[in-house]
Amino acid sequence: MKTDSEIIITLSDVWKSFGTQTVLKGINLSVIDGKTTIIVGPSGQGKSLILKHILGLIKPDRGQVLFEGKDINAIQKKELNEIRTKIGVLFQNAALFDSMTVFDNVALPLREKTVASESEVREVVDEKLSLMDLRGSNDKYPAQLSGGMKKRVGLARALVLNPRIVFFDEPTTGLDVALSNEIYRFFFKTQEKLKYTAVIVSHDVPKIFKLADYVALISDGVIQDCLSPEDFQMSSNPIIKNFVEATMGTIYSSEAMEV
Amino acid sequence: MLNFVEKLGAYVLYYVNEAGRMGIFLFFSLLNIIKPPYNKIASVLKQIYVIGSLSVFVIIFTGAFTGMVLGLQGYNTLTKFGAEGLLGSAVALSLIRELGPVLSALMVTGRAGSAICAEIGIMRISEQIDALECMAIDPYKFIMAPKFIAGIISMPLLTALFDVIGIFGGYAVGVGLLGGNAGAFFSSMQSDVEFIDVYMGFVKSVCFGLLIVWLCAAKGYYVHLERKGGFGAEGVSNVTTSAVVLTSVSILVMDYFITSMLI
Ligand SMILES: Nc1ncnc2c1ncn2[C@@H]1O[C@H](COP(=O)(O)OP(=O)(O)O)[C@@H](O)[C@H]1O
Ligand SMILES: [Mg+2]
Repeated sequence: MKTDSEIIITLSDVWKSFGTQTVLKGINLSVIDGKTTIIVGPSGQGKSLILKHILGLIKPDRGQVLFEGKDINAIQKKELNEIRTKIGVLFQNAALFDSMTVFDNVALPLREKTVASESEVREVVDEKLSLMDLRGSNDKYPAQLSGGMKKRVGLARALVLNPRIVFFDEPTTGLDVALSNEIYRFFFKTQEKLKYTAVIVSHDVPKIFKLADYVALISDGVIQDCLSPEDFQMSSNPIIKNFVEATMGTIYSSEAMEV
Repeated sequence: MLNFVEKLGAYVLYYVNEAGRMGIFLFFSLLNIIKPPYNKIASVLKQIYVIGSLSVFVIIFTGAFTGMVLGLQGYNTLTKFGAEGLLGSAVALSLIRELGPVLSALMVTGRAGSAICAEIGIMRISEQIDALECMAIDPYKFIMAPKFIAGIISMPLLTALFDVIGIFGGYAVGVGLLGGNAGAFFSSMQSDVEFIDVYMGFVKSVCFGLLIVWLCAAKGYYVHLERKGGFGAEGVSNVTTSAVVLTSVSILVMDYFITSMLI
């Protein structure tokens, strides 16, 4: 099903400890080009940590992170930067630059990484901000925004260069239902149009499954399995079964039994 | 006993490690000043404003009082030897060679150095630096280089301001208040202050400017690696304190060595 040519990111046997706490205990995960992979799992299991490993922000104690077959911890800084320019990232805490306005935050990648003129910058940033329903907040500073607004500014910033790959760490946590639905619709639309590769960490089960091509569950420091949403819900792995029951109620699993 | 050796070893390793990363930090910061693409003028100007312009008031204030106390002390001491005519050169030489560069550097450390350290420390703990790296924007280029340029430009100017204000402070007390000879004040200054004195003051101020930005920025940048760092706001506050202490001590140590080389 997953051939080598389609795989864009591979984590193979990635281990990571902090002091005496071993968080990742041999992570194996493949991300398929042009598909959406959702990482789910309880809090504090290392979901954000996996994203940071793929971005090269944290080095694994053991194991490898391959991007298009190249070990990102063994390549030159220049090459790593080339990879990073293809990726748009939303951090869990949004990580906005707090001494810059909302507008400047979103404009920064354009100003630093492209030769766009100031009027072009304005046009693109305004478009992204209105897409995220943030009109009128241009001159506010991150400290003046609510949590959900920060997330949306982070999303606008992550998407401003039209990246080929996006990493979203809990994009809809802290947003109200209507807005998160809106954002899901937007993801769906742009994914269809741009065919980007997405890795999304989310707690929004089962809604997020509609977006997913693959769902990976992390538990006990390992990826239990990475399956299509349908297979995931029917999985016989007891940990996945438990997770499905806990998050979606017993309806699904009893249905599965009846079938 | 074994425990003690172990602790000592860990201690030494930590400081060797810290010295190493500070060195790497300095190397990459300086590299990014000279490596194209060059920093935008606007971002350098902003830092000159933060480090330089905002320090002007405190420099004027401390410069004036330093000069005044030099005038007071100098006049009283020199009259004992009947040499009050040398007051101008005594005040000017102490300011230009020593007090100007050192005191302005200490003031700038307290005012701007601490701010640099805290700003970068907060960027680190709130993942803003990670975010920059993910956008393939080099923090050394984007954050550090403008601060280094601004520090190196601002410090000599602030020191010059300190010297001039200080000399007039000395004049005000020595001549205006205590009744020394105005002509002798300036003529002794003119004849005794030589190029090497001004040169020494200039070299010191440039080195101190570099030192302040380097140590304060690097301490903030590596806040997450601090040995007794603590976390979050407390971590930043601890590292800021230690950056100010480290920088102040280093200024005095470096002052001795520059003097001994140039004298
Ligand atoms: N820089 C760090 N230092 C120490 N521990 C960390 C660090 N980053 C993450 N951890 C630990 O790793 C675990 C996983 O964190 P994280 O990836 O943020 O979890 P989540 O799955 O909720 O995103 C947590 O238990 C956290 O304590
Ligand atoms: Mg997380």
